[in-house]
Amino acid sequence: MAFVALSEAEKVYIVHGVQEDLRMDGRGCEDYRCVEVETDVVSNTSGSARVKLGHTDILVGVKAEMGTPKLEKPNEGYLEFFVDCSANATPEFEGRGGDDLGTEIANTLYRIFNNKSSVDLKSLCISPREHCWILYVDVLLLECGGNLFDAISIAVKAALFNTRIPRVRVLEDEEGLKDIELSDDPYDCIQLSVENVPCIVTLCKIGYRHVVDATLQEEACSLASLLVSVTSKGVVTCMRKVGKGSLDPESVFEMMETSKRVGKVLHTSLQSVLHKEESLGPKRQKVGFLG
Amino acid sequence: MAGLELLSDQGYRVDGRRAGELRKIQARMGVFAQADGSAYIEQGNTKALAVVYGPHEIRGSRARALPDRALVNCQYSSATFSTGERKRRPHGDRKSCEMGLQLRQTFEAAVLTQLHPRSQIDIYVQVLQADGGTYAACVNAATLAVLDAGIPMRDFVCACSAGFVDGTALADLSHVEEAAGGPQLALALLPSSGQIALLEMDARLHEDQLEQVLEAATQAARDVHTLLDRVVRQHVQEASILLGD
Repeated sequence: MAFVALSEAEKVYIVHGVQEDLRMDGRGCEDYRCVEVETDVVSNTSGSARVKLGHTDILVGVKAEMGTPKLEKPNEGYLEFFVDCSANATPEFEGRGGDDLGTEIANTLYRIFNNKSSVDLKSLCISPREHCWILYVDVLLLECGGNLFDAISIAVKAALFNTRIPRVRVLEDEEGLKDIELSDDPYDCIQLSVENVPCIVTLCKIGYRHVVDATLQEEACSLASLLVSVTSKGVVTCMRKVGKGSLDPESVFEMMETSKRVGKVLHTSLQSVLHKEESLGPKRQKVGFLG
Repeated sequence: MAGLELLSDQGYRVDGRRAGELRKIQARMGVFAQADGSAYIEQGNTKALAVVYGPHEIRGSRARALPDRALVNCQYSSATFSTGERKRRPHGDRKSCEMGLQLRQTFEAAVLTQLHPRSQIDIYVQVLQADGGTYAACVNAATLAVLDAGIPMRDFVCACSAGFVDGTALADLSHVEEAAGGPQLALALLPSSGQIALLEMDARLHEDQLEQVLEAATQAARDVHTLLDRVVRQHVQEASILLGD
């Protein structure tokens, strides 16, 4: 992760500020930075989204490909996650330097999607045991300015919302041979329900308090953080402690309560932004990286 | 199956362009705040990001430091979702390594490396969407990023691809035209001196026709230069307004 050098005095300034519920950029402890979300930015994917959270910049592309279902789940499709920490973010990621972080984030994503309610995987099945849709969710990390996990989960949710999978029909002839027919209409596609897709809320423990959406400087002051994935209904689907420090059990429960509260608000605002953008339809002026 | 008609009798290409016409180019400098220089370019549907770090101290082994000039370090990577079919790895495959080397050659010819001895300049390009002419888009994006970083260069480096179909040279090939398998030429030009920083040609082309293709590529690269120059001027103007007098 991008390196930030902080002196002792700077650290004390941040820690004392947090105790007074006042952060360097004027936010309170439970406030997010301004999040910019734009969907459908890469036209040759099934769905894509770009999320900018402060200096953190994430691009997610979803590609739907046909494949065979997994043996243990013959009537379900599945999601594959890949995170590319590009050298754009920091020169340390050059070559294979970003692989460790990439794998860690991808594994976290697998874990938060590893429950039946998050995505309706059955709708991805075309014919049981033979064909299903595989959604390759590829995350590209372009710049990191703190709070990677939250930004990535928001981007993944937005990209899945934007994903359109072509509708296919399975035709069977008299001899039992199956044939897959793709719809002629390019707009005839299925859309995934992202109602229950969770978002990650990371809480950084700074001093005696915890903050939401920490910047790089604040992350440098924090010893441990708790990563909680919350659905729009406030259900916790996964929890993980990251960082080199330790947390006491009481604060873990406190942080969980905060994450539920913050997560609900985050989901509501994200949903409204996504629906608003979708309602504009193809007439929407795409900004992408030019704006 | 009849082959795809790349150039109609009326002289139009598959996407409706004339033979020497470029795709729409849009660019922006200073996309990211953390990098020393960054730029984004769209050439038709090909989209590329370039980021420059440096000149800074040599990272890793000191033995790589050059006593008389800066080391130019390039990495090309292409997002896994950038191509029609999903890629397995964003970088590290043969094509990416080759692209990285070509970019390095191109920028060693253009950057005034002797001004920064024993240091390193990193140029990272990332293709977000590939629709033909990725090398050209990368070079153009990287030029803007190097300019944004304020690293002295001899000149702009402007790149463009060209192909040859039915006796006519086509400038700025799209993916469809590249996939058809005709001869392809990639050219990086230093426009004010007319010097060539990189020239590469794939497939077979008769010697007599090379001049025509080269001419088309050169003209296209000059057109790119006009556009990039406009982008840089606009960026500088906006930046100076922000700074105030």
